[in-house]
Amino acid sequence: MSAQTEEAAVTAPRTGKGGAPPPGTPSRRAATAAPYLLILPAAAVIVLLLGWTLVKNGMLSFQNLNPRQLIRHVTEWNGGENYTRTLGSSEFWRVTGRSVAFTAANVVLIMVLGCLVGLLLARLGKKMRLLLSLGLVLAWAMPVVAATTVFQWLFDQRFGVVNYLLDQLGRHSMHGYNWTSGQLSTFFVITVLIVWQSIPFVAINLYAATTTIPKELYEAASLDGAGTWTTFTSVTFPFLRPFFLATTFLEVIWVFKAFTQVFAINEGGPDRLTETLPVYAFVEGMGNQHFGMGAAISILTIVILLALTAYYLRIVLKQEEDEL
Amino acid sequence: MRRSLLGRIWPGATAAVLFVVFAFPVYWMFATAFKANKDIVSDTPVWFPKAPTLGHFTKAVHADGFWTFVGNSFTVTLIAVGLSLVIALLASFAVARMRFKGRKSFILVMMMAQMAPWEVMVIAYYMIVRDAEMLNSLVPLTAIYTVMVLPFTVLTLRGYVAAVPKELEESAMVDGCTRTQAFVRVIFPLLAPGLMATSLFGFITVWNEFPMVLILNKDPGSQTLPLWLTGFRSTFGDDWGATMAASSLFAVPILVLFVILQRKAVGGLTSGAVKG
Repeated sequence: MSAQTEEAAVTAPRTGKGGAPPPGTPSRRAATAAPYLLILPAAAVIVLLLGWTLVKNGMLSFQNLNPRQLIRHVTEWNGGENYTRTLGSSEFWRVTGRSVAFTAANVVLIMVLGCLVGLLLARLGKKMRLLLSLGLVLAWAMPVVAATTVFQWLFDQRFGVVNYLLDQLGRHSMHGYNWTSGQLSTFFVITVLIVWQSIPFVAINLYAATTTIPKELYEAASLDGAGTWTTFTSVTFPFLRPFFLATTFLEVIWVFKAFTQVFAINEGGPDRLTETLPVYAFVEGMGNQHFGMGAAISILTIVILLALTAYYLRIVLKQEEDEL
Repeated sequence: MRRSLLGRIWPGATAAVLFVVFAFPVYWMFATAFKANKDIVSDTPVWFPKAPTLGHFTKAVHADGFWTFVGNSFTVTLIAVGLSLVIALLASFAVARMRFKGRKSFILVMMMAQMAPWEVMVIAYYMIVRDAEMLNSLVPLTAIYTVMVLPFTVLTLRGYVAAVPKELEESAMVDGCTRTQAFVRVIFPLLAPGLMATSLFGFITVWNEFPMVLILNKDPGSQTLPLWLTGFRSTFGDDWGATMAASSLFAVPILVLFVILQRKAVGGLTSGAVKG
């Protein structure tokens, strides 16, 4: 009851004024039910279309579901076999290691470069800041699928600008280089694409955040003779700690589950060597039609993602508990 | 002296270089789309379109089923964003203005839902939609997209609703409005900028969505533009002019919306992002 007293206390006198029936009558009960009616549609669609899918995903992961079972619409439970087979395959662990390394490399690059660009934005004059912001916003706004296509063109073997520039810069071996022929070079293209698209978010938000730091702190730091680096570590970073934490973990989530970029650049090739976990689950489940196996891989992917972000999630949940 | 001159110049110079780095891929997309074929396949890149042509755009627009894809994309995007706005508006009003049991849990669920790895759950969606015999239909796709953008919309709108002073609403109610009337006449008009910013990000998410439609809708008649664009290259071989024209057509609505609304929207995005 205490939860809705504030609500009731606020509405009751007013309904009285408006000539509505006194408290304790149906109108009061309606006021109690109102918030639940308002959140009902949102809660319902989330439970039905997200919650149920998660449950379904879990159930599928314990089934033997291949084209035969799919066509005949039969459910064959096979216990934890999908999991034991997945966890026992060296391929799964290779892909997992690859995904973690890929995520780590991207997030480090995004955070370091994004912060540098953000700090640069704070130092620039008005005109140059506007110019750089425009560039950043263009890269940020570029739809992922369009960006992927453009990067394929930039890194094109024969007429791509990148190969031309590298050739001009003296790396003549790069003339006609096929970027999608090797594992590392494909990952290089994907990484450049993701980092290029992600820096603006970090940079612009960091810049916006630095404007909230009181000027006095910087003045005090410079009076104490602090250089750029000391100012950053002793003023900017401690002040923006929550920002860095939140942004880093958001980037971990975004990069780890990135599907479109990894898949569209080279479909996980060459020889499936650039499959990250989401692509691996897709290729095993949908491509090779081992739906049960794919579901198990996707559950394991979610578990790994939760493990990677557990630290951040705990902090957010605790913080919200205190705040709400 | 020399050092201070360098100190004054390097930020500007770095900014100029970075501007080129960030803007170039976008520029190159448009430049290639307007260039004549012989300037595209040349051993030394032609940096500016010398004799601009619209030929590539004509080719892209006349590609098989282009208008079907456009229609499908707009249909699912507008309906999904509109639905999620309506649903989220109701919920965010409750969360921002009312105290009730379960409010905290509701917000936490929304935060977790915002981080849901959709890309990883596509197999389960495929099975559910297939069992409902609704593959190759825009209905499940729209429904899924609605839920995909809903958590972000709720969390962002919550901030905008909370920012409208309570007194405005109260005085309207003192003047004899019911709570619903107060909401429609007082709060709703003040929320317009927030609704715009929120719907922008919903629009971008849905417009871009690729894995779900890739799996659910194999029939070209029910596909959306991201699939058209990724399939374009294989259909047209290495026709980079037409491919870049297609990319440009796909990107322009988003680029325009984003650049116009960026300032307003970034605040919303960060508050939503930092919150979860």
